[in-house]
Amino acid sequence: MRSLGGADRRYSDPAPRRDPAPSRLAFRIERLWLTPMFRVALRVGVPFVLAASVAGGYLADDERRASLQQSLADLRRSVEERPEFMVRLMAIDGASEPVAKAIRGMLPVTLPASSFHIDLGALRAAIAQIDAVAGAELHIRKGGVLQVTVTEREPVILWRQAAGLEMLDAGGHRVATLLDRTARPDLPVIAGEGADALVGEAMAILAAAGPVGDRIRGLVRMGERRWDIVLDRDQRILLPETDPVTAVQRVIALDQAEDLLGRDVVVVDMRDDRRPTIRLAAGEGEKLTIMNTEVTGQ
Amino acid sequence: MTDLYQSQRAMRNMRRAAMQRGVVAVLDVGSSKIACLVLQFDGTEDIREDGLGSLAGQSQFRVIGAATTRSRGVRFGEVDAMAETERAIRTAVQAAQKMAQTRVDHVIACFSGARPRSYGLAGEIELHDGQVSEQDVARVLAACDVPDFGVGREVLHAHPVNFAIDHRSGLGDPRGHVGNKLAADMHLLTIDTTAVQNLLHCIKRCDLEIAGLASSSYVSGLSSLVEDEQELGAACIDMGGGATGLSIFIKKHMIFADSVRLGGDHVTSDISKGLQVPLTTAERIKTIHGGVHATGMDDREMIEIGSDCGDWEKDRRQVSRTELIGIMRPRVEEILEEIRALLDAAGFDQLPSQQIVLTGGASQIPGLDMLAARILGQNVRLGRPLRVQGLPQAATGAAFASTVGLCLFAAHPQDEWWDFEIPAERYPARSLRRAMKWFKDNW
Repeated sequence: MRSLGGADRRYSDPAPRRDPAPSRLAFRIERLWLTPMFRVALRVGVPFVLAASVAGGYLADDERRASLQQSLADLRRSVEERPEFMVRLMAIDGASEPVAKAIRGMLPVTLPASSFHIDLGALRAAIAQIDAVAGAELHIRKGGVLQVTVTEREPVILWRQAAGLEMLDAGGHRVATLLDRTARPDLPVIAGEGADALVGEAMAILAAAGPVGDRIRGLVRMGERRWDIVLDRDQRILLPETDPVTAVQRVIALDQAEDLLGRDVVVVDMRDDRRPTIRLAAGEGEKLTIMNTEVTGQ
Repeated sequence: MTDLYQSQRAMRNMRRAAMQRGVVAVLDVGSSKIACLVLQFDGTEDIREDGLGSLAGQSQFRVIGAATTRSRGVRFGEVDAMAETERAIRTAVQAAQKMAQTRVDHVIACFSGARPRSYGLAGEIELHDGQVSEQDVARVLAACDVPDFGVGREVLHAHPVNFAIDHRSGLGDPRGHVGNKLAADMHLLTIDTTAVQNLLHCIKRCDLEIAGLASSSYVSGLSSLVEDEQELGAACIDMGGGATGLSIFIKKHMIFADSVRLGGDHVTSDISKGLQVPLTTAERIKTIHGGVHATGMDDREMIEIGSDCGDWEKDRRQVSRTELIGIMRPRVEEILEEIRALLDAAGFDQLPSQQIVLTGGASQIPGLDMLAARILGQNVRLGRPLRVQGLPQAATGAAFASTVGLCLFAAHPQDEWWDFEIPAERYPARSLRRAMKWFKDNW
């Protein structure tokens, strides 16, 4: 006997057609999904929060954090200490022996060391701090050699101070201290406060005074304004504040014409540019007479 | 009435908010289909070489989503079954949203039923300071004597149609004119409150905000009548499924609107009854073989009616096309006669130009224009809606006249009563002024 249910099912109406309309809930969800802010929040915010919480949960443990740091440091060191990056030698070019020794002492690490640990910029700045060094070039050559090329300062003049003699370069920068004047007899001497700032002018004056160069003992900066040329036999040439080189040339011209400096003159005063004034070294009477004449002459 | 005035104002604000957001949906709740378009307003109109805007200046928006669904629960253009209608609206809106890939919150709706009725209003005021100001316009609109249109009716449209100053009439914008007397003519369209409330409730249930309401016959006139027809006078007949709307335009203003509660669905049901076939079959036969003019050829053209009852004799029935036309024609004639009566009542024969434009889904019956010319007058043409940017090809037919018109309505709504300022006397500020007066009097 066949079940009636089967027959019923066969002849009953097919299932009522599904309504194509979305339910209220589906409609609302779709509208929510089409809201731009919501979409952004879901597509960016949720993965971000998930990733952050997973990472935070993992790192919450001290031990794990320490081991992670350790492994990172190991990885870093293994890369840094590869033989390609090691510096074994330091080659210094263009430096005298004491300067080279000082530069070697400045290297902050003991060789061999990884090139990652050598800060070339800082080292270069430190080397440039040495007075005797005008400039330095550093680079790490192939084969693990730290090449230092140094340009030293050239001393052109000596500056006498109360403390002693300093060697200065053409820019007036200190090069080194000289203990003994006779060690560098080729360099002229200047003295006085602020003389180092005007090395160039001093050199020009000395060049202009070339014809009497063997008699010059040095230049003295007077009151940080003007120069005196000190000759042997205690003679002095007082130069004006402005345009001292021309004044020197006039003195030289006078000397060559009249043999001025060969005579018994103590001071040649060129401060007044209209006329040179000289002071004679003589007996007192004669000196007075000249003074009187000078006074009466005025 | 102030209540509706306020709610219309609120709708206008809502529309402005929607424009700012840039996306608004239009919803045409018809008896045969519910169409939803999603419009995107970008405001940037690409300038062409000849300096003209494209699409008659309607290119500031584009349609980015379109969906149509078979209407359920709507009869005669009114909501008949609330839950069904709500579901149908939801279907259409969801599909359009899906196509647009955006969410729509504001919707502008139109419907054809709810027994629209037209009133012509006139108002007149004395001008205080000679020149017409915004306040004067508001006052003259407020001075229009509103007819007693009965309880349970509300104003849907209130267009100021004409302004007159002293004896100069036909002014579009009276502001700044000088005169002594300002008069205004206003066209008022009222509808049944319950019908519109049902519709609003359905839309609210879909989590949508109403940004505007329009009468279907008005908006299909906007989209189907070309500019000179609107200017010179024309009637637009929107033959829908459950109702046939009529709107008369002159000087670019609607001056009359009405609807007949007959439409294409009645033709279908006649065929269904006459040929004893289901409604869906009747609809198919109507759209494929329908017509209103029988010729000798139609006697020989046999239509397979078909059926699925299992009786061979019944399933193999055939009718000639003449028979089908014989069923359809009286009903179409009846609809047109009703329209004719409405046109006569409206005084359409007084207009300078008496162009009649047939549009809507039912206007696609072959031969309808000839039949309409016989009943309505000689100047009859079939109208299709304006083209708007981005509209799918499937939605460009005559059946979408009111949908497209609603787009135009959304883009450029005509100034209505509630778009003007509230006259100062009606402000609640009056009570403040009274309080001030009381203070002055007593101290």
